Amino acid sequence: MKTLGRVNGIISNIVIAKVDGAVAQNEICYVYCGETRMMAEVIKVMGDEAYVQVYDSTRGLKIGDKVEFEGHMLEATLAPGLLSRNYDGLQNDLEKMDGLFINRGSITDPIDFDATWEFKPLAQVGDKVSAGAWLGEVKEQWVMHKIMVPFIMQGNYTVKSIVAAGTYKVTDTIAVVTDSDNNEYNITMVQKWPVKQAIRCYTEKPRPSRVMETGVRAIDTFNPLAEGGTGFIPGPFGAGKTVLQHAISKQADADVIIIVACGERANEVVEIFAEFPELVDPRTGHKLMERTIIICNTSNMPVAAREASVYTGMTIGEYYRSMGLKVLVMADSTSRWAQALREMSNRLEELPGQDAFPMDLSAIISNFYSRAGLVKLNNGETGSVTFLGTVSPAGGNLKEPVTESTKKAARCFYALSQGRADSKRYPAIDPLDSYSKYLEYPEIREYLDEHIEKNWVDAVYEGKTIVQRGKEANDQINILGDDGVPVEYHERFWKSELLDSVILQQDAFDDIDANCPIERQQLMYNMVLDICRKSFDLVDFEECARFFKELIYLFRQMNYSEWKSERFEEFRTKIEALVNDKLAK
Amino acid sequence: MTTRAFQKVYTKIDNITKATITLRATGVGNDELATVGGRLAQVVKIMGDKVTLQVFAGTEGLATDSEVVFHGEPPVLRVSDALAGRFFNAYGEPLEGGEQIEGEPRQIGGPTVNPFRRLQPSELIATGIAGIDLNNTIVSGQKIPFFADPDQPYNVVMADVALRAKADKIILGGMGLTNDDFLYFKQTFENAGALDRIVSFVNTTDNPPVERLLVPDMALTAAEYFAVDKGEKVLVLLTDMTLYADALAIVSNRMDQIPSKDSMPGSLYSDLAKIYEKAVQLPNGGSITIIAVTTLSGGDITHAIPDNTGYITEGQLFLRNDTDTSKVIVDPFRSLSRLKQLVIGKKTREDHPQVMNACVRLYADAANAKTKLENGFDLSDYDKRALDFARDYSEKLLSIDVNIEIEQMLDTAWSLFAKYFERGEVSIKQELAEKYWKA
Repeated sequence: MKTLGRVNGIISNIVIAKVDGAVAQNEICYVYCGETRMMAEVIKVMGDEAYVQVYDSTRGLKIGDKVEFEGHMLEATLAPGLLSRNYDGLQNDLEKMDGLFINRGSITDPIDFDATWEFKPLAQVGDKVSAGAWLGEVKEQWVMHKIMVPFIMQGNYTVKSIVAAGTYKVTDTIAVVTDSDNNEYNITMVQKWPVKQAIRCYTEKPRPSRVMETGVRAIDTFNPLAEGGTGFIPGPFGAGKTVLQHAISKQADADVIIIVACGERANEVVEIFAEFPELVDPRTGHKLMERTIIICNTSNMPVAAREASVYTGMTIGEYYRSMGLKVLVMADSTSRWAQALREMSNRLEELPGQDAFPMDLSAIISNFYSRAGLVKLNNGETGSVTFLGTVSPAGGNLKEPVTESTKKAARCFYALSQGRADSKRYPAIDPLDSYSKYLEYPEIREYLDEHIEKNWVDAVYEGKTIVQRGKEANDQINILGDDGVPVEYHERFWKSELLDSVILQQDAFDDIDANCPIERQQLMYNMVLDICRKSFDLVDFEECARFFKELIYLFRQMNYSEWKSERFEEFRTKIEALVNDKLAK
Repeated sequence: MTTRAFQKVYTKIDNITKATITLRATGVGNDELATVGGRLAQVVKIMGDKVTLQVFAGTEGLATDSEVVFHGEPPVLRVSDALAGRFFNAYGEPLEGGEQIEGEPRQIGGPTVNPFRRLQPSELIATGIAGIDLNNTIVSGQKIPFFADPDQPYNVVMADVALRAKADKIILGGMGLTNDDFLYFKQTFENAGALDRIVSFVNTTDNPPVERLLVPDMALTAAEYFAVDKGEKVLVLLTDMTLYADALAIVSNRMDQIPSKDSMPGSLYSDLAKIYEKAVQLPNGGSITIIAVTTLSGGDITHAIPDNTGYITEGQLFLRNDTDTSKVIVDPFRSLSRLKQLVIGKKTREDHPQVMNACVRLYADAANAKTKLENGFDLSDYDKRALDFARDYSEKLLSIDVNIEIEQMLDTAWSLFAKYFERGEVSIKQELAEKYWKA
C-alpha cells in the first residue's frame, strides 16, 4: 500500500502534504495537478505533514490535491544505452519528449527498454559473486559495458545459471544467483541506484597516480589534473569557464565523459548538441558524442531538479567506473546547485548561514567531491571518476561560501582571473593563484618522470618561479619607470611574458592550437625554458621588448602550425637563429 | 477584467501588509489571479485555507471588507496579429483607451523550450555600431544586456539597435520607464515608420512598482506568439531590468524572506534566468533575441543584479564615457558577446577574429601607457604610438555614433594598424597580414 497525502500548503515549489502513513526523508512522491503528475521529493517531515519540493511548476495546484508516495528515493536507471543520450536532471530523455516545449510532468524512459544487445557472459556457473561483480558484457558504442550484480544486493551470492552468448533485451534475465539460503535472484541488464548515495562496490580507493591529459597547456603542464582527482574552476562571468570546460570535454583522455549543465545557459548545451555529434575524438577516431552523456538542467528548468542533476551525473559516472573505465564528470556550475539549496532552505525558513546559504553547504559539497576517485574493483581492475566543477562566485569574489567550501574539497584550483580575461589572455587561468596539489604527490612525480621526462616537476616549478619573478620585475618597472630599473628587470619581465604567451595562453578557437598533446607541450615548454635560462645581450629596454615580442610572434606561429610540419620547423629554425644572434657572449 | 457568473465573493481580509493581503478561501489554485477591491492580485502562498495574495498596485487604502474575487486562472495575454502597433500596460490592457485585443488567451510565464529542440544561433544581427559588430557581435537568439550608468544614453542606443536590426517584430518591455523615455521610444519608432512592427508593454514611473513584475512575461508571451506560431524574428527590448529586480526585492521583503547579497531575494538568479532564457533560435526559423538594460550604480558590476545577470546572459555591452575623445564608447575590455564566435570569421570576413583581438590587445597596451604617463614616467616610442592608435580607434570604431558595415570596420582597423605599427607588433597570423595589411 502506497502512502497517500493531500496538499495542505503551497509556497512556490514547496508543497506541504498531510499524509496518511509512513514517509521517508528524501522519498519520491508524485503531486497531481488535474491530469498532470509531477515528481517531488520529501525534504522535511513535521508530524503528519511532509514538506516536498516539486520538480516542476506548482501553478494551479490546489489545497486537497492528491499526493502519492513511492517508497523509494530518487533513483538513476543504470543499463546499456546511456551513452550519447541527453537527459534532464531527473534522467528523462529530452530527445523523446514531444513538442517544442517541456510540458509539466513530462516523463520519458532513460533508455530504450526494447533495444537488444549482444551479450557475452564473463562469469560461470558456480562463481562466487557480490555486488558489482561482472557477469557479462555488451558492446555499447565502443565501450565494453559490463553487466554487473546490482549494487544494492548486499552479501555473497553464487551464480546458479547464466545465459549463453546471444541477443537479449535489457529486461531479459541474463543470470540467476542464489544467496547462502538458496534464495534465487533473477538478474537483468538493468538496475537502479539512489543517486544521493555513493556506489561503494570496490576494495580500496588508492591515491591518484596518473595524470589525466586535457590538451590545455595551462593545466597539463602547469597544474596537472590527476586521473581520479578533483578540481574546480572558479571565475567571474566572462572569464571563460564554459569555453575551458568545453575544451576539456572535447580533448580529455577519458573513456566516458558526463557533462552536467547545471543551472547554466541553454545555448551552451545546444552548442554541445550541435558540435559533439560532428567532432571526432583524436585518440580513438570515434565521434565525441559516442562517449558523452549530457545531463542538462538549464537555468530556466525547475530549480529543485538542479540539485538532482549533479547527483544523477555522478551516479552514472560511478556506474561506468565500476566497469573499469576512466570517467570524467564535469558540472557547470556547482554554484547554481548551491543556490538551489539556498532557495529551498529559505522557503523552509531554516536559519541561514553566510550569504543566506544553508549551514551544511560545506559538508554537502565535500561529501559530493569525495565520490570522485580512483578505485580498485573487487576483481583487481581499476576504474576512476575524475570530477571537475566550475564555480561562479558572486561578484567574482573568491571569498564567498561556495568557493571557500569547494576549495577545501577539491585538489586542483584553476582560478580564472578577470584581469587576464580583460586583456584577452585565454585561458584566463591565473598562473600564480592556481595550484594542483597533485604536483606534490610522489606517485604523480614518478608518473611524470616516466611519461614525460626525468625531473619534469622541477621544471614546472622553475616555470612558476619565472612567472613569479616576472611579475615582481613588472611591479618594479611600474613603480620606478622603464629607465629607473636595470635592463635585467625588463629581461626578467619579458621572459615571463614569453612563457605566458606561448605556454599559458592558448587559442581555443584555432583548430590546431586548441588541443596540444603532451608531446608537443613538452617540446614547447622545453624550448621556452631553455630561452629563459639564457642571458642575452640587450642594450636597453626597448631592444629587449623588441627582441621578445619578435620571439613571441614566432612562437605563436609555431603554436598555430601543424605539429612538426615544414612551417613548424621553419619557425623553430627562425627562433633558434634569433636567440643565437642575441646570446650574451 | 471580466467576472463570471456564480463566482464566490469574499469580503473578509485577515491581514494587510504594504504589498500583500491574506484571507481565508478555498478551492484556490497557486499563481491564480484575483481582483481585490478592484485591484489585480496574484496568489503567492497557500497554507490550508489561508491564501496570501500579492496586490500589484499596492494595498494603500484597501479595507478589510474589500471584495475579493478569484479569476480561476493565472495572468493571461490575448495573442493575435492585432497586437502589432499597440501599446499596453503591465496587465496587457491597451493604453490610451484603445479597444481590447481579440485573440487566444495564453498564460504568461509559460513552459521552457526543450533544450534539445533549440537550434544553435547562427544569424548575425548587424547594428552598424563597431563597438558591437566588430568586437561583440550579436547573434539572433542571443540575450545580452547593456550595463550602463543611469546617465548614459542606453535607451537611445537601444532604440538605434532595434531599428537597424531588421527584426520582423520589436517588443518593448518598459519597466519603471520615465514618461519622457517612453515618449522618446514611441516617437523614434513612429518617425522610422516602424510602428506596425512594434508591440509595447509599459510600466512607467507613474505606475506602482510591483506591476513591473508582469512586464517581462507579457512581452515574452507576445514574443513567443510571433516567433513560435508565426516563425518571425523577434527582438525583445527590456529596460530597465534593475528596476524589475528592485520590485522582486520589495515583494520578497514583504513576504518575510531572508535576503541574500545586496538585499536581493535568494532566488534572484532563477527569477532573472526564467526571463532571459526565453531567448531562443527555433527550428522553424523564428527567433527571440533579448536586448536588455541593467543600470549600475557607479559602474559597480559586483552588485547582485548585474552580477547575476552577467552569469545568465550571453555577454554584456558596457557603455562608458571616453575622456580622451569625449564620446560614449562600447568598452572593449568589459564588454563581451559570448555568441560572437558562432559568426565572426564565418558569416563575416576571415580576418575578423584576429583583427578584433589585435585591436583590443593594442588598446590594452595604450591603457598601460596611459597609466605610465599618469605616474609621471617617460613614454617609449611604442607607448606613444599605442596612445595615438587608441585615440583613433576610440573615435573611428568604438564610439556609439559610428554606423558602418562590418567590412568597413575591418578595413578601418587594418589602416589604423599600418598607420601606427609594424607587422610584428600587431602579431596577426602571417597569411592574413599578407593579404590585408594596408601598406
